[in-house]
Amino acid sequence: MFAANHVKNAVVSGVATLTALLVAPLAWAGNMQGGPAVNQLNLHEPATKIATDIYNLHTGMLIVCTLIFIAVFGAMFYSIYAHRKSKGHVAEQFHESIAVEIAWTVVPTIIVILMAAFATKSVLAMKDTSNADITIKATGYQWKWGYDYLKGEGEGISFYSNLSTPKDQIDGSAPKGENYMLEVDNEVVVPVNKKVRVVLTAQDVIHAWMIPSFGVKQDAIPGFIRDTHFKAEKIGKFRGQCAELCGKEHGFMPIVVNVVSDADYTKWVDAEKKKMAAKQDDPNKQWSVDELKARGEKVYAANCVACHQATGKGVPPAFPPLEGAKIVNGPKDNQVAILLNGRQGSAMASFKQLSDVELAAVITYTRSSWGNKGEAPTVADVKAARAWDAAKLTTLAAKQ
Amino acid sequence: MSAVLPAHGHADDHGHGHDDHHHGPPPGLMRWVKTTNHKDIGTLYLWFSFVMFLSGGVLALTIRAELFQPGLQIVNPEFFNQLTTMHGVMMVFGAIMPAFVGFANWMIPMQIGAPDMAFARMNNWSFWLLIPAAGLLVISFFVPGGATAAGWTLYAPLSTQMGMGMDLAIFALHIMGASSIMGSINIVTTILNMRAPGMTLMKMPMFCWTWLITAYLLIAVMPVLAGAITMVLTDRHFGTSFFNAAGGGDPVMYQHIFWFFGHPEVYIMILPAFGIISHVVPAFARKPLFGYSSMVYATSSIAILSFIVWAHHMFTTGIPAAGQLFFMYATMLIAIPTGVKVFNWIATMWKGSMTFETPMLFATGFIFVFTMGGFTGLILAVTPIDIQLQDTYYVVAHFHYVLVAGSLFAMFSGVYFWLPKWTGHMYDEGLGKLHFWTSVIFFNITFFPMHFLGLAGMPRRIPDYATQFSDFNAIASVGAFGFGLSQLIFLAAVLKCIKGGAKAGDNPWEGAQGLEWTLSSPAPYHSFETPPVVK
Amino acid sequence: MSASHAPAASATAGSAPTSYFIPEPSSWPVKGSIALFCMAIGAATWFNDLPPGPWLVAFGFAMLAYVLYGWFGTVVGESEAGKYNSQVDVSFRWSMSWFIFSEVMFFAAFFGALFYARQLSVPWLGDLEHKLLWPDFGGQWPSAGPQASEKFTTMGPFPIPALNTALLLMSGVTLTIAHHALKDNNRGRLKLFMALTIALGVLFLGFQAYEYSHAYSELNLKLTSGIYGSTFFLLTGFHGFHVTVGATMLIVILARCMKGHFTPDHHFAFEAVAWYWHFVDVVWLGLFFVVYMF
Ligand code: HEA
Ligand code: HEA
Ligand code: HEC
Ligand code: CUA
Ligand SMILES: [Cu+2]
Repeated sequence: MFAANHVKNAVVSGVATLTALLVAPLAWAGNMQGGPAVNQLNLHEPATKIATDIYNLHTGMLIVCTLIFIAVFGAMFYSIYAHRKSKGHVAEQFHESIAVEIAWTVVPTIIVILMAAFATKSVLAMKDTSNADITIKATGYQWKWGYDYLKGEGEGISFYSNLSTPKDQIDGSAPKGENYMLEVDNEVVVPVNKKVRVVLTAQDVIHAWMIPSFGVKQDAIPGFIRDTHFKAEKIGKFRGQCAELCGKEHGFMPIVVNVVSDADYTKWVDAEKKKMAAKQDDPNKQWSVDELKARGEKVYAANCVACHQATGKGVPPAFPPLEGAKIVNGPKDNQVAILLNGRQGSAMASFKQLSDVELAAVITYTRSSWGNKGEAPTVADVKAARAWDAAKLTTLAAKQ
Repeated sequence: MSAVLPAHGHADDHGHGHDDHHHGPPPGLMRWVKTTNHKDIGTLYLWFSFVMFLSGGVLALTIRAELFQPGLQIVNPEFFNQLTTMHGVMMVFGAIMPAFVGFANWMIPMQIGAPDMAFARMNNWSFWLLIPAAGLLVISFFVPGGATAAGWTLYAPLSTQMGMGMDLAIFALHIMGASSIMGSINIVTTILNMRAPGMTLMKMPMFCWTWLITAYLLIAVMPVLAGAITMVLTDRHFGTSFFNAAGGGDPVMYQHIFWFFGHPEVYIMILPAFGIISHVVPAFARKPLFGYSSMVYATSSIAILSFIVWAHHMFTTGIPAAGQLFFMYATMLIAIPTGVKVFNWIATMWKGSMTFETPMLFATGFIFVFTMGGFTGLILAVTPIDIQLQDTYYVVAHFHYVLVAGSLFAMFSGVYFWLPKWTGHMYDEGLGKLHFWTSVIFFNITFFPMHFLGLAGMPRRIPDYATQFSDFNAIASVGAFGFGLSQLIFLAAVLKCIKGGAKAGDNPWEGAQGLEWTLSSPAPYHSFETPPVVK
Repeated sequence: MSASHAPAASATAGSAPTSYFIPEPSSWPVKGSIALFCMAIGAATWFNDLPPGPWLVAFGFAMLAYVLYGWFGTVVGESEAGKYNSQVDVSFRWSMSWFIFSEVMFFAAFFGALFYARQLSVPWLGDLEHKLLWPDFGGQWPSAGPQASEKFTTMGPFPIPALNTALLLMSGVTLTIAHHALKDNNRGRLKLFMALTIALGVLFLGFQAYEYSHAYSELNLKLTSGIYGSTFFLLTGFHGFHVTVGATMLIVILARCMKGHFTPDHHFAFEAVAWYWHFVDVVWLGLFFVVYMF
């Protein structure tokens, strides 16, 4: 493939210059840190041992394949050159040779076995998720990632991570930044040289968590737990994207991992813990409907717009409108139940990870916007429903 | 107008007193609607698949236009996913598979010395089922929610979320599956039971061999696909939990069932291509096919292995290490029989007396470019590398190398090779050569850069991407439009050949062997009314 | 995939392969395609609560029935007119065998799903790792999954399924007796045992219908009972559907026997249906063991 590579590279760069002229208005972004380089030709520069192994494995495979390719097609092109009718070559009529046929069965078999043997070691290494220093749970949602630090330093930290590229860059009304499409509001922060185990699951459909520089890609499967791991050897930001078709915004749920020194990590954990404490709503606060509504608008924008849209009109038939919806205008308990449990078998997942205040707020917001006139629940309503739900589930489980 | 033709060993006993006026087809449109003639049905198949190829191609060009630059310009993300999905579905089930059935219909009776297919009336149904299926796919774009956007693999549970377009796609696939199964049963039966006296299996032309095995694969796996999508249907509408963990099911189970179909499916799309190439190369090297029996064994080995490699599409789903290793090893083994085929073709060329008319150009192009796709396949088979490359443009590059430069180029080769037999005219060599050179060049401009994009981590099925990927995407898009335009040359060449052109002799190719070349050009309506005797 | 496209016919007595048979142009296939198109559109709209829904399905189904009746009628006519020689007979044999193979693979998909769920996915959902998501789920089979909200009882092998097994096995025997009667040209016995076979098949279906209603009303076992209900009803349901198709074909064959069709040497239609019936039998045995017994 190398021979072809060179020819192709020549063609490619020729055409590249040509198109460069054609697409002059296109923003010429620079390289981004930890993401793809401009016109990168090969795998990412590895930042973990496993990525290095993969890189070398790929290089080895490429070399072997290129050599075979040259040998095989060298023979073919020689024959095309020498054994053509226009050169007066007369066809011989042989059509069998047990010896060569055995040879070209056995030799590739050996080559293939060697390739597989080299790969086996990496397969096993990639699967070994034991003895991790930090365990992070990553949950795929349509269309964002949620992270919960489960074990190790930072335990208890929990946040969502959304694409942070502004809309105007996407629709072309603003110049595109250099991290275009590969930037998020909340990055995953991990310490350098620590083994991080990532436990994956998903809420709705299958997503995949990929960081090329780490050699990590693992599907996140709804209802199931999968895991993978990495031990970053370099400080810096590393970027990837969701790598499994997950619906309309599949292209817009990137992943950014920020690898920092141990000290910086401890600092980050402290700051994050403080932030979380500050965010926590005062349990004794009495919320007025207007307060809930204002708060709910924010919750809605962060959690619901992707499907039900800012207009409340949804994207029927996939995502129903909330504007004028029966449930939103009917008894409040039904809507609380939907938000807590989701609708089984649909994209409408459970939102029980939101706090009671947030749930009460977003329900209030949907019940008083777009002409809806539903009765607003109180925070206590949500709390009660949640407790009742948990009780019901436990008894059911006990029965089984 | 039933035709009872004399057969086996009764060559001179012209005792078919019933109707002797069975030589011409009935006139008008009804000829095509009601036909029971293998050539008419073959022609219908070939035109149908070409129309599907153009439609799928237009979808691909829309994809490429959107991807020409980063940012969202032409389509919204939702419609983009519909385009990708329907492009894949139409190309796989509408273009490539029916086209090969078209070849089978035309060529198998002629190559084995039969008058027609074993079940001529069912043959008509196999074709006419495709029309409602295609209709359902087209309609699905216009129903609420639009066409299905879950990828051609229709992975659950994303596919349980879709609107009505998904149901239409499921029914379309059911119907196409029925069509494939009937077509395959017909082909198997024809090959096993209708060969001319003296044609033992090991004397059979390679194209028939590859189709025999392909038909076997089709009969084995199409029902499995039907099962998988039926489960999606019941999960969607009847509350079953096959792919829903809350009810004890598993989304990954869908992938296992789908790929148990899906991997044999990709060989269904390449084995008949191997068959065509095995006819064209000897013809233009003027030398018998090298290693006939090892070709037969290699084809069978590929088919058998194809049943035990499916999880190489699922290395990132988190299957246990033992599974990853098993499927990696099994997959890599396929390189061996495929290599045997490549080596045999080259050995056939070796010391031949070669000329390079259009069929041979496409055949040579096929061998060269398909092998590149095979090598990238082998690289993907290595689990750790696949984990880096899964669901990136590297995979897109891989399968377009094997599907476009593989299946499609082989079909071009076959069309130019047999057009004189089909129409009685020679095609325009100039147009043919132009078609070849523009196709290979633009093909590589389109798909070669995708390897780089994939290595650099660009995911597939996305409408917008990081600016660092811009140049290669722009190049690919330019190439795609060039490649698309090149196909208009093909259309022109075919139409010109049907309309007229130099008269083709019974065997217009110096080196072509086989019963089909003993028939007149164009071939008579009923291929062999008197079975030839094969020594 | 149970489109009844496998042609059934018998070859005329004593015909040697002296001629090829090519049927005349036919409009049955296109009509069949239109019927399926209507059924597909009808079903898709029906499932999504849009018009015309069930009406179009009914129309398409009626048309399909008409097409099958007409098409097979043509085939029977051709067969009785002696147009099929022994080569055609062999073709029919190949095609029926391959068709049954395709049916085997269809069932394999569902058996595979059952195997996968029982042996792999349900235990996985109950393992230690998955406590994170489903803390209370044990992962034992039978199961309706970790989020099951209702209890159900499984369908045991006794008494109805065992009885049904006996019925189907018996019907295999009666069918074989009928076949021998046909070969011995004992038409009276042939008809008697065909009728018996059909009766056994219908009885089987009756029991199965009863079993389903029992499952719904008393066992709380439903199609929606998680993966157990899904696999149980789809496997037994598709099997029941095949029994229905097989019984219908047996009825057609009996009718043809009454009309005096078939000879002791040439009766492939009979044999094809018998093969199909035995295949359906074997599938049931598989079901009996993996679905009901173990
Ligand atoms: C015509 C269709 C076709 C063919 C023939 C192939 C052939 C092969 N494919 Fe490909 N493949 C697809 C169509 C095809 N594929 C499609 C459509 C997908 C994507 C589906 C989707 O996700 O949408 C896919 C995806 C795909 C994947 C999954 C990628 C991913 O999603 O992560 C893998 C991984 O193993 C793979 C491997 C292979 C291999 C090993 C072969 C082998 O058969 C290739 C063998 C050939 C050679 C190796 C070259 C010739 C050999 C020699 C000259 C001998 C000497 C060589 C050596 C000893 C090295 N393919
Ligand atoms: C089976 C065969 C097959 C064939 C022949 C093709 C042909 C082409 N494919 Fe396709 N492709 C698939 C099978 C195939 N593809 C599959 C299975 C997928 C995966 C789908 C999925 O992810 O689910 C895929 C996905 C796929 C993608 C990835 C989309 C994504 O991930 O989002 C892209 C992107 O560039 C692409 C491009 C092309 C192009 C440019 C062609 C070209 O070769 C097409 C050339 C043909 C024409 C252009 C039409 C003819 C010309 C005219 C009608 C005249 C008008 C022309 C002009 C005005 C220029 N294909
Ligand atoms: C991933 C997409 C998605 C997100 C995000 C989402 N929903 Fe939904 N929602 C759906 C779908 C799909 C349904 C329809 C479910 C069904 O009935 O099958 C639905 C249904 C509903 C309903 C019931 C409507 C009716 O008429 O039956 C309410 C109320 C609702 N969602 C509120 C919310 C709120 C509030 C949020 C944010 C906290 C939210 N949804 C987030 C997809 C989503
Ligand atoms: Cu999430 Cu793709
Ligand atoms: Cu594969």
